[in-house]
Amino acid sequence: MIPVAFDYTKVNTVDEAVAALVSGGEDAKIIAGGQSLMPVLRLRMAAPEVVIDISDVAEMQGVSDAGDAIVIGAGTTHHAVMNDPLVKTHAPLIAMTTETVADPQIRHRGTFGGALAHADPAGDLPAAAVALDAVMTVAGPDGRRDIPAKDFFVDYFTTSLEPEDILVSIRIPKLGEGWAYHYEKFNRTAQGWAIVGVAAAVKRQNGSIEAARIGLTNMGPGPVRATSVEAALAGAAASDDAIAAAAENATDGTRATSDLHAKADYREHLAKVLTKRAVAKAAGV
Amino acid sequence: MTEVLDTSTPMGRPLKRKEDARLLHGQTNWTDNIQLPGTVHMAILRSPMAHAKITKLDVSGALDQPHVVAAYGAAELGDLNGAIPCVWPVTDDIQMPPFPALAVDKVRHVGDAVAVVLATDKTAAYDALEAIDVDYEPLPAVVDMEAALQPGAPLVHDGEGAPMSNECYTFPLPGTGIPYDEAKAKADVVVKRRFVNQRIIAGYMEPRAVVASPMGMSNEMTVWSATQIPHILRVLLSLVTGLPENALRVVAPDVGGGFGGKLQLYREEILAVQLARHLGRPVKWTETRSEDMVASHHGRDQIQDIEICATKDGKLLGLKVDLLADMGAYLQIITPGIPLLGMFMFPAIYKMESYDFNCVGVFTNKTPTDAIRGAGRPEATFAIERIMDELAAELNMDPMKLREMNWIQHEEFPYATIAGLTYDTGNYEAATAKAMDLFGYDELRAEQEARRASGDPVQLGLGISTFTEMCGLAPSRTLGALKYVAGGWEHCTIRALPTGKIELITGTSPHGQGHETAWSQIAASILGVEVEDIEVVHGDTGRAPYGMDTYGSRSLAVGGQAIKKAAERLVEKAKVIAAHQLECSVDDLEFVDGAFRVKGDPEKAQPLAAVAFEAFSAHNLPDGVEPTLQAEATVDPDDFSYPHGTHLCAIEVDTETGKSTIRKYVCVDDVGVQVNPLIVEGQVHGGLAQGIAQALYEGVEYDEDGNLLTASFADYLIPSAADLPSFVTGTTVTPSTTNPLGTKGVGEAGAIASTPAVINAIVDALRPMGVTDVLMPASPQNVWRAIEDAKGGAA
Ligand SMILES: Cc1cc2nc3c(=O)[nH]c(=O)nc-3n(C[C@H](O)[C@H](O)[C@H](O)COP(=O)(O)OP(=O)(O)OC[C@H]3O[C@@H](n4cnc5c(N)ncnc54)[C@H](O)[C@@H]3O)c2cc1C
Repeated sequence: MIPVAFDYTKVNTVDEAVAALVSGGEDAKIIAGGQSLMPVLRLRMAAPEVVIDISDVAEMQGVSDAGDAIVIGAGTTHHAVMNDPLVKTHAPLIAMTTETVADPQIRHRGTFGGALAHADPAGDLPAAAVALDAVMTVAGPDGRRDIPAKDFFVDYFTTSLEPEDILVSIRIPKLGEGWAYHYEKFNRTAQGWAIVGVAAAVKRQNGSIEAARIGLTNMGPGPVRATSVEAALAGAAASDDAIAAAAENATDGTRATSDLHAKADYREHLAKVLTKRAVAKAAGV
Repeated sequence: MTEVLDTSTPMGRPLKRKEDARLLHGQTNWTDNIQLPGTVHMAILRSPMAHAKITKLDVSGALDQPHVVAAYGAAELGDLNGAIPCVWPVTDDIQMPPFPALAVDKVRHVGDAVAVVLATDKTAAYDALEAIDVDYEPLPAVVDMEAALQPGAPLVHDGEGAPMSNECYTFPLPGTGIPYDEAKAKADVVVKRRFVNQRIIAGYMEPRAVVASPMGMSNEMTVWSATQIPHILRVLLSLVTGLPENALRVVAPDVGGGFGGKLQLYREEILAVQLARHLGRPVKWTETRSEDMVASHHGRDQIQDIEICATKDGKLLGLKVDLLADMGAYLQIITPGIPLLGMFMFPAIYKMESYDFNCVGVFTNKTPTDAIRGAGRPEATFAIERIMDELAAELNMDPMKLREMNWIQHEEFPYATIAGLTYDTGNYEAATAKAMDLFGYDELRAEQEARRASGDPVQLGLGISTFTEMCGLAPSRTLGALKYVAGGWEHCTIRALPTGKIELITGTSPHGQGHETAWSQIAASILGVEVEDIEVVHGDTGRAPYGMDTYGSRSLAVGGQAIKKAAERLVEKAKVIAAHQLECSVDDLEFVDGAFRVKGDPEKAQPLAAVAFEAFSAHNLPDGVEPTLQAEATVDPDDFSYPHGTHLCAIEVDTETGKSTIRKYVCVDDVGVQVNPLIVEGQVHGGLAQGIAQALYEGVEYDEDGNLLTASFADYLIPSAADLPSFVTGTTVTPSTTNPLGTKGVGEAGAIASTPAVINAIVDALRPMGVTDVLMPASPQNVWRAIEDAKGGAA
């Protein structure tokens, strides 16, 4: 459809962006890649009066090394993220997950920060962010603050960002040696959204699994950290049977919903199967 | 077998399409690109409810909005509110309720048109819709066909002259063969199944668009529309609006796909013409995709109760077909006829003694249905090919063997079928042998066995579809007997211009099929000129004498005959002129490589181009020969033609998730003589994609209140190349005898054949688990549930 008319402004710094949000109030909206916002506007599900384009904010672009973590600018496109050497080295799970997002055209426009801020329950990146204990750096009228990923995602399409906040960058702690990763995405068409997705990081030692971190996509209003599975895997044998047994806990703490592509019971079934597969693939079993 | 290619003419050569460079470089002329001075843009307010009374409609608020020129509801529109006619009243007592362009008092499906705004700015027109004040009093909606037929069900139409039930019509086929009960009494095995052929959306790339301009030559109204049927549209628009047909010119410029979805007279076309006339300025409308999903006709949507009976050795005895066909809320132009196109095809390629058919058309509060690629024939093919597999399973027979036992042998053609058709030609044995070879059937069966034995979570299934279809719509008399209002002939005019170029004017109206290339190949072969020297003119009632447009795989099978005849007539006339110029008798001339040569004296020759100039200057023509070199032909086919083919699908089904992945897809199609094998292959690929999509991805879903759930391409899934396998395609060539080119149709073949091949493969993979059917689209969830249900059933 056709959006309601709106004003457009392009900012050059984070401060300008926050100022624009403050002056625009409720009727202002950030646009990054526009891949989620434009559909919302076109369907007239939102009608902001002003749209603030942050794609020229230099500070929000690119990836840097911060010692024990890497920092990804919120405005970095999916394409740039998944091809970035720092991401590939220190946060391969982010690169793997990003590769499954949409299609190449959308990945050239859509941004890492936009995907997290939009908080679509079917979005792939929030699960990877919670699995890796990412930390969001946010700027608002009162300055900057950090929000851990587990506190960032609040509900369907809702984060703990205040209306005048902007997500500046995302810190991804380096997990160090010995970890291996896999994102298992289940969808119907190649460029489709996840019906269920499982982001897994597994540390192997000898024949067993020392530690695991699991994030689930689309098993509730936001990403879910599958802590029961993680607990069951810690110290378990790196075998099909042990992994399958641990994966049976995948629905703990989830709130699966029903939609066109999957009813809740099917989602729950998938969560178990896909967790088993994600962990097995990450663990090389 | 080596196929020898005759390279002396362009016929049969896999030429790249000459229209493609233009299409791919964006040098196209879509309807939405047309910008006329003074244009007003039309936007339509659509019902958000499936069934409701309009208790208040006040459009005056829209008039206060910027750039708005006019706004109308049905009341303001008055006599300008045309109604869409149904031109296929399939029975004498069919209920044909009114279908006004703007809804009057009541809305009957989500997307029903309620009001219209015209503004000088397109976005302003959309904005102004929000200023229209409308109140609805919701009424209970009927969504499910069986519920719609229950006594006491809410009525979709209950006004004056409207039906008192939701039954649109009941069409029984006058009995053929022995009575079905007799066949059944002789049978050892009876298999009965219910199949649901789901609702689908055409999903063309270019949305619908129309521009109506009252500023043509003299009093002419010019209508550009993204349509498959400019000629039929002109007749219908004239009938509906009262504009004299000779004052209407309809142009289908470049059209980006149709798949039957643009074989229609749509309410927006009526409104654009009426309002352009009323306001005296051009009116333009281009739909959004969201509108297309609710407002353009849908297709399929049948519940099929199928019973087949056979001897214990597998000899077919009889087939009984009971259909419920969803019409949706209104009848579009040929809505009721679609299932009847399938009626003839249920017996397919098989011989049997009895065939029973009954179809009930049902009104529901959903978008109207009508033709989508295959129109009736995919439904029939799906049912028969599915039940053949079920019968084979019941008989514990290989499904291909069962088919071989029962199909018409190649030496039996022409064959009068139990459904009353006469199949022209075919060779099912040859196509099947070739397909089985390309597929590696035995190896795949062995792998299937191994996977079953090892309990592999990924099971392998093999699906077969040996299909035929009737295409080349159609002998006009046959259409008349079926109560279709129009005929099925086609026209062609060919002009040899004084500069030697050829203008070929066809009544067909391509929208992606490659007619410009294929038609040029036919004419060039007869006229002895280069393909590049021929310009194909199409889709314009102002340039073409007449035509019947493009649908039903008819363009080549029917239109091709007209091209051939016109070209031959042109050569005939040219020969008379050439003989006069060369001072010899017509009989002394031969026509070789585009020139008339005196037999035995090849030096004495006159090329066609020179004859064309003589015919133009007319300085020295034989007595009684009229100036100009042109010829025309209008051809009404004697009969349909019947392409066929064998499609084989190997599919891997992940029994843990329910996801199906096509491992190998082989098809060998016989579409008769091929004018351009590359285009044939392209049509097959596109058709396969669409048919496989119905099997695995596409499906319109409504909730119980009649809200469309699959209202965008995020929810209505259309596969891309990434989701489909690399197809292995082959052909056999059994020329048709119903047209002099020996061609059949290919536009719908892939879409008709592939759907049951895929579903048969999935069921074959899961049969040992007790699965005997899976709902389409066979999404992972549907397959998983079929497995779970079978487990439950076994317990
Ligand atoms: C067809 C299609 C398929 C897709 N498939 C997938 C998929 O499979 N998996 C997946 O994960 N995603 C998918 N996406 C979404 C894609 O990842 C988007 O790019 C992403 O969700 C949004 O990023 P963006 O930069 O385009 O954000 P925008 O659309 O510009 O913004 C989205 C929202 O976030 C807000 N926002 C953006 N940046 C910031 C910021 N820095 N600070 C505060 N708020 C901000 C905006 O105000 C807006 O509300 C798909 C999108 C499309 C169109």
